[in-house]
Amino acid sequence: MSYLRNTMDYSRQTCIISLFFLPLTAVAQTTTVNSEDWITSPGIIGTLVLVFIVVFIAVLIFMARLNSYVKLLKHRQLEKKNLAFNEELLALQEEEIDTILQQRKSGLKYRLKGTELGSDQGAVDEKGLISRVTNEPENPLFDEKKKTPLGIETPYALKKIVTYYLGASVFWLVFGTLVGQYVGMKFLWPEMDHFSWLSFGRLRPVHTNAVFWGWASLAMIGLGYFVIARTSNAKIHSYGSAWWTWRLINLAVLLGTLSLMSGINNGGGEYREYTWPVMLLFAMGLVITFWNFYKTIASRKITDIYVSNWYMLAALIWTTVLAIIGYMPFFSNGLGETVIQGYYMHQGVGMWFMTFTLGLIYYYLPSSLNKPIYSYSLGVLAFWTQMLFYTMIGTHHFVFSPLPWWLQTTAIVFSAGMFIPVVAGTTNFLMTMRGSWSHISKSYVLPFFLVGVIFYFVGSTQGSVQAFRFTNYVWHFTDFNVAHSHMTMYGIITFILWACIYTILPKLTGKEPPQVLVGAHFWMAFVGLFAYMISLMVGGTYKGLSWIEGNAFLNSVILMKPYWLWRAIGGSLMFTSHLIFAYNFYIMVNKRKSVESLSVPGVEHGNN
Amino acid sequence: MFLEWNMGTIKLNVMFDFHKNHKVLVIAALVGFVTLSFIVAVFPAYQMQDVQPLPQQPVMTQSERNGLEVYIREGCVACHTQQVRNIEMDNMWGDRPSIPSDYYYSKERMGVWRQSPSLLGSERTGPDLTNIGKRQPSIDWHLLHLYNPRSVVGQSIMPSYPWLFEIIDTNSIGGDDKVVNLPESFAPPRGTTVIAKKEALQLVAYLQSLQQTDLPDGREEKFIPALERKQTGDTKDINNTSSLNGETLYLQTCAVCHQDNGKGVAGAFPPLAGSEIVNDEDPELMIKIILQGYDARSEFATMQAFADQLSDAEIAAIATHERTSWGNTGSKVTEEEVRKIREYINKDLNP
Repeated sequence: MSYLRNTMDYSRQTCIISLFFLPLTAVAQTTTVNSEDWITSPGIIGTLVLVFIVVFIAVLIFMARLNSYVKLLKHRQLEKKNLAFNEELLALQEEEIDTILQQRKSGLKYRLKGTELGSDQGAVDEKGLISRVTNEPENPLFDEKKKTPLGIETPYALKKIVTYYLGASVFWLVFGTLVGQYVGMKFLWPEMDHFSWLSFGRLRPVHTNAVFWGWASLAMIGLGYFVIARTSNAKIHSYGSAWWTWRLINLAVLLGTLSLMSGINNGGGEYREYTWPVMLLFAMGLVITFWNFYKTIASRKITDIYVSNWYMLAALIWTTVLAIIGYMPFFSNGLGETVIQGYYMHQGVGMWFMTFTLGLIYYYLPSSLNKPIYSYSLGVLAFWTQMLFYTMIGTHHFVFSPLPWWLQTTAIVFSAGMFIPVVAGTTNFLMTMRGSWSHISKSYVLPFFLVGVIFYFVGSTQGSVQAFRFTNYVWHFTDFNVAHSHMTMYGIITFILWACIYTILPKLTGKEPPQVLVGAHFWMAFVGLFAYMISLMVGGTYKGLSWIEGNAFLNSVILMKPYWLWRAIGGSLMFTSHLIFAYNFYIMVNKRKSVESLSVPGVEHGNN
Repeated sequence: MFLEWNMGTIKLNVMFDFHKNHKVLVIAALVGFVTLSFIVAVFPAYQMQDVQPLPQQPVMTQSERNGLEVYIREGCVACHTQQVRNIEMDNMWGDRPSIPSDYYYSKERMGVWRQSPSLLGSERTGPDLTNIGKRQPSIDWHLLHLYNPRSVVGQSIMPSYPWLFEIIDTNSIGGDDKVVNLPESFAPPRGTTVIAKKEALQLVAYLQSLQQTDLPDGREEKFIPALERKQTGDTKDINNTSSLNGETLYLQTCAVCHQDNGKGVAGAFPPLAGSEIVNDEDPELMIKIILQGYDARSEFATMQAFADQLSDAEIAAIATHERTSWGNTGSKVTEEEVRKIREYINKDLNP
């Protein structure tokens, strides 16, 4: 009897244990692969669902816009009716007029005292809340957007540093994506030029590194300086060192670009193409920025450290560690380099861009909605899980490679774990936006935030399912990877950075970009990204299936050609939107029309 | 007792007071990240360095190493992988999955300024190059392909690398110069000739050196199968000539030189369409050429031997395709015929 009980206990235990490990094994051992049912694989279904979510949101935004346009048309029709009524009046006979006049006169004899519903005082806008009253919108085609509310009083030095960081980042965005667009066109016209400095293999890393270390990094740090001063209610520890970082990072990207074009690179590992002396400049910039942020936070005038600052401090310190490990020579011979490469290229995105940008959202999103973040604790949960899960998943870039199987499995399992920080973050942002949906059609900033947040969920989750072994089977080495990295670095990071820039710059400078151009920027970037992403995803899938079927390799090149064309079209839209953005930036920061600075001499040194 | 416990909680409170203590927050984030990084990156990377080359693996020559430098300089890794994954779809790129030893010589740190090259790659916009030296040993083909890929592969999207070549006066060609014989539509103006610079030759030497070394004692590493084939009918079917697609095999193996239309490349690779050897009633010479290679005509590049790469059934399928396509009127070739000729050659060479 006791034997029986023992076995039962034992079997119950194994049952519990196996239940616990079930999700693990299910993820880790998807080695029996059947490409005939590729469409029903969880990874691919997951991706389709996620892409559908974005389409759905896009349709929602579009419908909202359409709705307001229809309202406008209705309004016009009403006006027309009124006009017709007036003409009818003019055409009336004299007797008819007399009757009506009689009725009217008797009606007019009745008098109200005038105070039934209110006082007899006229309305006066004593506090100057109403800035402009008009019955004629500037542009009859679009909804009038709300103007940015009053500016924020900011020390001139801070304003200048933020503006210069953003200015440099805009330059690298335009430059980097120009290169990207050129490189994308080379897929269609490989004979475009015959200069070694402009060849595909050399320009590709120029594109990726310029948008990484030039555009996104500088924009993030610049926006971070404002957050750090604002949320600590303190002065920036040292403006001088902020300027040094600015010089170091720009110098690093400039030298890096030139050296890559001349054929000097570190060995071809993605995002690690700059040689160590160049990357050292960048890393010095990171360390200085970290110290500056740290000291500013240390001098804060409130006890709590706002959650934004957690993310930004951590991003700076993690990325410094990452750069050191990535460039240390002691463990990077043979396949050691490959292990580090997987770790480095994934953490470059996860610990630097994603972590820092999340920190920015936690400040700028509530700020642009003028309400607090939904949950501070969710932000903290996302913070620690981000560190735990993101760090472990680098090797998912080398599934089925000669790297140790356990390392690949770890990467895949933790990729699935990324669900936790991603869901926590997305929930937090969406719940913050909840109740303010109507603001989206009235604000030129919120659509950027919404797209960024949705892509945060979609892009990250899609990345998690792409790490599974079957999805790797179909998509690895194909153009699908390129689609994924644009979905994340562009859909998430770049859209959020734009949102933050449009939130803060008008408040700092008091100048707003024309809303039509912001709209053009938004829609061209969004539609362009979609064309880019979908074409490469579809093409990449066909490419992978063609490989699995064992067709001649050249077939997979030929079948990609129409998709590369669509990618180039999407890329052109994206690039054009960046030119518009650069113009908007110029409008927001240019010195003309600055009435205040004319009336107050020496204003440059005071608070503006 | 109570007091101690209380002190403990206070200490704990201070320890985890991330919200209010920036020092604790930063140190916790740093320590956490560094620990995880050591577990998942530094230790495994350190361990992965501990490998030996395979017994028969050739040491890299200086010229090959220089070629590798050109390979890295031009960013070839952006489009070409060098890893045969352990899944069946990758078996077209090598005889076995790649193992860490394969990279013993090539993935060394490149001096003070640059690290070990990232050869494994992450994009396969062009073919995998793990075994390119075996697949395509012809130096002439490689030079044509580097000068302008479309001169040999019409649909290729690979960039041209004209800066690895020089266009010089035909009269001033020296004895050491390696001339690149281009088809007319790609040739430079009359009176000039394209010759390969040293870098081009080094790059080709590197590409030729890319060959998988056999595992000692003939061990075979298995690929994870792609499809669980539903085994209906007899299993011998796989080796049956009729089930092999001669056209696909031709496109995979032969078309880079002889082109998918069988017309070849003038001055480099002879046409198969209308060729006397291909249309001959007796396929013996044709099969011998495929098995042993061919270097009898100086106006064309040397052809490699395919005896080791292709099975009898595959050669029969390819030969049949060649003899019945592009207006050719040869008879079909059977696996049996190929087997006999192969045996005859083997006897001939090793009596």
